[in-house]
Amino acid sequence: MIAITPPQPTTLLALLGGIALTVIALRLSEYIPRREGSMRLSSLSILVQWRVAWLSLAAVVGVLAMMTVGLIVGDFPVSAADALRTALWDRGGEYDFVVNTLRFPRVTVAILAGFCLAASGAIFQSLIGNPLVSPDIIGINNGAAICAVFILAVGGNVSLLPIAAFVGASSTALLIYLLAWKRGVSGARLVLVGIGINAVLAAGITYIQVRFPIERIIAAARWQAGSLFGASWDDARTLAIALAFLGPAAVLLTRRLRLLQLGDEAAVGLGIRVERDRLLLIGVGSALAAVAVAVVGPLGFVALLVPHLARLLAGNISGGVLIFTGLLGGLFLLGADLIAQRLFAPTVLPAGVITGALGGPYFLFLLARHNRAL
Amino acid sequence: MSEPNRLPPTLAVEQIALGYGGPLIVESFDAAIPTGQVTAIIGPNGCGKSTLLRALSRLLKPKAGAVLLDGQDIHRLPTKEVATRLGLLPQGPRAPEGIVVSDLVRRGRYPHQRLFDQWSASDEEAVVSALDRTGIDDLRDRQLDELSGGQRQRAWIAMALAQETPLLLLDEPTTFLDIAHQMDILDLLATLNENEGRTVVMVLHDLNHACRYADHLIAMRDGTVIAEGEPEEVATASLIESVFGLPVKVIDDPVTGTPLCVPVGRSSTLAK
Repeated sequence: MIAITPPQPTTLLALLGGIALTVIALRLSEYIPRREGSMRLSSLSILVQWRVAWLSLAAVVGVLAMMTVGLIVGDFPVSAADALRTALWDRGGEYDFVVNTLRFPRVTVAILAGFCLAASGAIFQSLIGNPLVSPDIIGINNGAAICAVFILAVGGNVSLLPIAAFVGASSTALLIYLLAWKRGVSGARLVLVGIGINAVLAAGITYIQVRFPIERIIAAARWQAGSLFGASWDDARTLAIALAFLGPAAVLLTRRLRLLQLGDEAAVGLGIRVERDRLLLIGVGSALAAVAVAVVGPLGFVALLVPHLARLLAGNISGGVLIFTGLLGGLFLLGADLIAQRLFAPTVLPAGVITGALGGPYFLFLLARHNRAL
Repeated sequence: MSEPNRLPPTLAVEQIALGYGGPLIVESFDAAIPTGQVTAIIGPNGCGKSTLLRALSRLLKPKAGAVLLDGQDIHRLPTKEVATRLGLLPQGPRAPEGIVVSDLVRRGRYPHQRLFDQWSASDEEAVVSALDRTGIDDLRDRQLDELSGGQRQRAWIAMALAQETPLLLLDEPTTFLDIAHQMDILDLLATLNENEGRTVVMVLHDLNHACRYADHLIAMRDGTVIAEGEPEEVATASLIESVFGLPVKVIDDPVTGTPLCVPVGRSSTLAK
């Protein structure tokens, strides 16, 4: 029996302070004008959305601040000065293990995984034209989960988990795409097929859970909640390498995504190869989600909630908005993980519990708002 | 608007047959779109007029024959290059929630942009000019969902104009608009044709609008062209009856002098 201690007053104070800061930041963001300008250098040119640029800068500052908090805060008391010194220039020493082996990789993984999940959600939501869609809803997370749970249930090698999760997620995405194909893939059909696949996968997971010994299933359940516990530099490297390829690809593809948003016919009229570009976008979106889930488990609601919030703040999808969405995703997951660690300290919750607890109500709010609009 | 040294584009269909997998909707026929004029495709529901427009705009690949843009098969040309010559406004296009007018119009520039040349001075000029010519300059920062049907349609036309194509294809551009807005949109298209020599091809539901605004009519029934030519030649009582299966009287439009088709229907007997 684990006794859950009530939150420390300082933790609650910090939490309230965080919420207050968020509200103030959101309020302030209303004063950033929606101005645009071009940057041109001989035959190179780009349209700069100044509002998105400022918001992104604010998000970067937020991420850095939250990272600092993540390095300082924890069960083992390390002063702010010591933590930063150890992390930045004075490697080794007394706090090296706590700061550089436990905390630093963990905050890095949170930022990168949050970035991947949010960017994936933004791609799917824009492509399908529905703010209630995300890779977790159409079964990509569960595709990763069923493979990972199976490995854990049969007592397989734990180091295989990321690979199994990635294979599960990407083959699920492929299966959905193939099943939704009928002289082309329409957004609505993709979602419906995805929801169906998701249900089948959920049933499959339940079957594995009742079929295998309970001790192993507990480990599987913990993985399924989505957690950053034990995140290592290897995990961070995996995510960073994936993001180095998928991030630029996603940003470049948003140009075509913006035209696919106008419907297939208008997109063809503007010179888009609709099916090829849609397949590319689904591929990149699924890979982003798959990589994140492979490392941190199927963290719910990040991919659903963050893109919506980003759109509210920064506007319709563009390369810049996609980057902002990713940064906001990193900030969100990092914050959620810190809350998960500190809220009932020393009892630690999986980050997925917090993203779910924040995301669920937001989803209901979205649903209510959306239904009113219909 | 297009490069001055380029010849005006021509659009023609050769022995075309169209269908969606099942039986053919449009049987083989030839047609040429007169360059620099307004062409209207008319005919009863299900006659294949939208299907023909879809083929002309390369949305539908012909089962046989070919659509020729400047003498070349449109499906053999790179689609992005076709998009610099031929603009399309589909019927009932969709737009993402919350999109603002200028953002929509900007997307029309895609065929002219390259990966690292995404917002040149000519892109900006084209968008400003398109907003100006469609008279929605003051709406540029408004959300599309907040606009009236007529204003929204103007925004879509502005997007197609920003594409700067000498050919413009429109599928029923006046559907779902009230009579004042229908006139408004058709007047706008007529102005674009007169001032800029743009070739306009549109599917129109209203026969009298077609007679008034088009230089050239293509009348279809059951997937074949029944008649083709100037409104005065096509809109005769016997031809219209054979196309729509409806007896009409053709008089001169009191405003423009173009043919005006007045359906006979049962009203003649009711009046007596």
